[in-house]
Amino acid sequence: MKSKNQKKKPKQKNKIIPFVVIIIFIILGMIGIGLDEPSQILNQATQICLSCIGIG
Amino acid sequence: MDVMRKWVQVLFFFMTNGYWKFPYTRAIYKGPLKVICSPGLNCYSCPASTTYCPIGSLQQLFAGIRISIETGQFFIGFYVIGTMGVIGGFVGRMVCGWACPFGLFQELIHKIPSPKFGIWPVLRYFKYGLLIFMVVLLPLFAVDEFGTGEPWFCKYFCPAGTLEAGIPMIILQPALRMNLGWIFALKVFILVFFIVWAVLSSRPFCRTACPLGAFYALFSRVKLVRLNLDLNLCTHCQACHDVCPMGVRFNESPDDLECISCLACTKACKANAINLEIGGIPIVNQPKRPELKGV
Repeated sequence: MKSKNQKKKPKQKNKIIPFVVIIIFIILGMIGIGLDEPSQILNQATQICLSCIGIG
Repeated sequence: MDVMRKWVQVLFFFMTNGYWKFPYTRAIYKGPLKVICSPGLNCYSCPASTTYCPIGSLQQLFAGIRISIETGQFFIGFYVIGTMGVIGGFVGRMVCGWACPFGLFQELIHKIPSPKFGIWPVLRYFKYGLLIFMVVLLPLFAVDEFGTGEPWFCKYFCPAGTLEAGIPMIILQPALRMNLGWIFALKVFILVFFIVWAVLSSRPFCRTACPLGAFYALFSRVKLVRLNLDLNLCTHCQACHDVCPMGVRFNESPDDLECISCLACTKACKANAINLEIGGIPIVNQPKRPELKGV
C-alpha cells in the first residue's frame, strides 16, 4: 500500500506543476497590467520602428 | 491530424495578420488588438499584423527600462513575460508547430523538391545564446549616452521581421528605400540564408535561432498539454525518429526541449505508444496493440 502511494505522488506533482506555473505567470501579467504596461506596448506596436526592422 | 494542424496554422496566420487594408492605407494596423500577444514570432511592424510580437516588445521595454524607471513608470516587461509564460505553461513549443506564421512558412518551403539534410544537434543551443544576449542582455546594457538600448535581435537578426515587415514596408513606402544600408543588407542575407536552409532542412530557424522557441522550450517539463510516451507499449522501432521535423528522438527523450507537439510521431507510431495529454489526462485514447490487450 505504501509503495502504491509513493508511486502516485510524482504523477500528482506532475499534474499540479503546470497549474502553479500558469498561475505565477498570470500574477506576473496582472502586475504588468497594474503598472499600465499594455498601454506602453500598444504605443510601441502601433508605430513602425524603422530601425527595428533594419531600415534606417 | 496533420490536415487539422495545417488548418490551425492557417487560422493563426490570419488571426495574427488580419489587417488586409494595408495595400490601400500603406500603413500598419493601429487598433486596440495590438495589445494582444502573438503566440508565435510575428513582427508587429508587419503591415497586416494585428497583434504584438512578444520578442520585439520585450526588447523595446528592456531598451527603454532606464528612462521608464527614471520617469516612475516601471515598464519592466511583466505583462509581456507573464503572457509568454501563460502560453508556455499551457502549450510550450506546441505554438511553434501550430500557431507560428514563420514556422508555417518554413514548413511550406521545405516541400520544395531538393536533397534533404539533417541539422547538427549542437546548433540547437545557439538560440538560447540569442535569447540571453540579443533579446535580454544587449538591449538592457548596451546603451547610448541617453541610457537607451536597442532591440538587437529585431534590428540585426530577425529574418521574420525582414520578411513580414522590412520588405513589405519598402514596397509600400518607396521613400524608405533611401534609408536602406548595410543593416538591411545583412538582414536580407540572413533571411535568404534561412530560406535556402529551410528548403534543404526541416525548420532550421526554429531549431537553431528562434529566441521565442527557446523561451517556450523552458516549459517542456512543466507544460499542461504534452505528448506522453507509454514505455510499456514502445517497441523502440525508431519510427518516431524518422518523421520528427525537429530531429527529436521521442522514445529516447519524451520531454525534449525541441518537441513542438506536431503529432507526426503519434501517427507514425504503430504501437500507439505516444499520446497527447492535457494535465496528465490522455485526450486521444488510442487502442492498445492487440498482443498487449489484457496485460
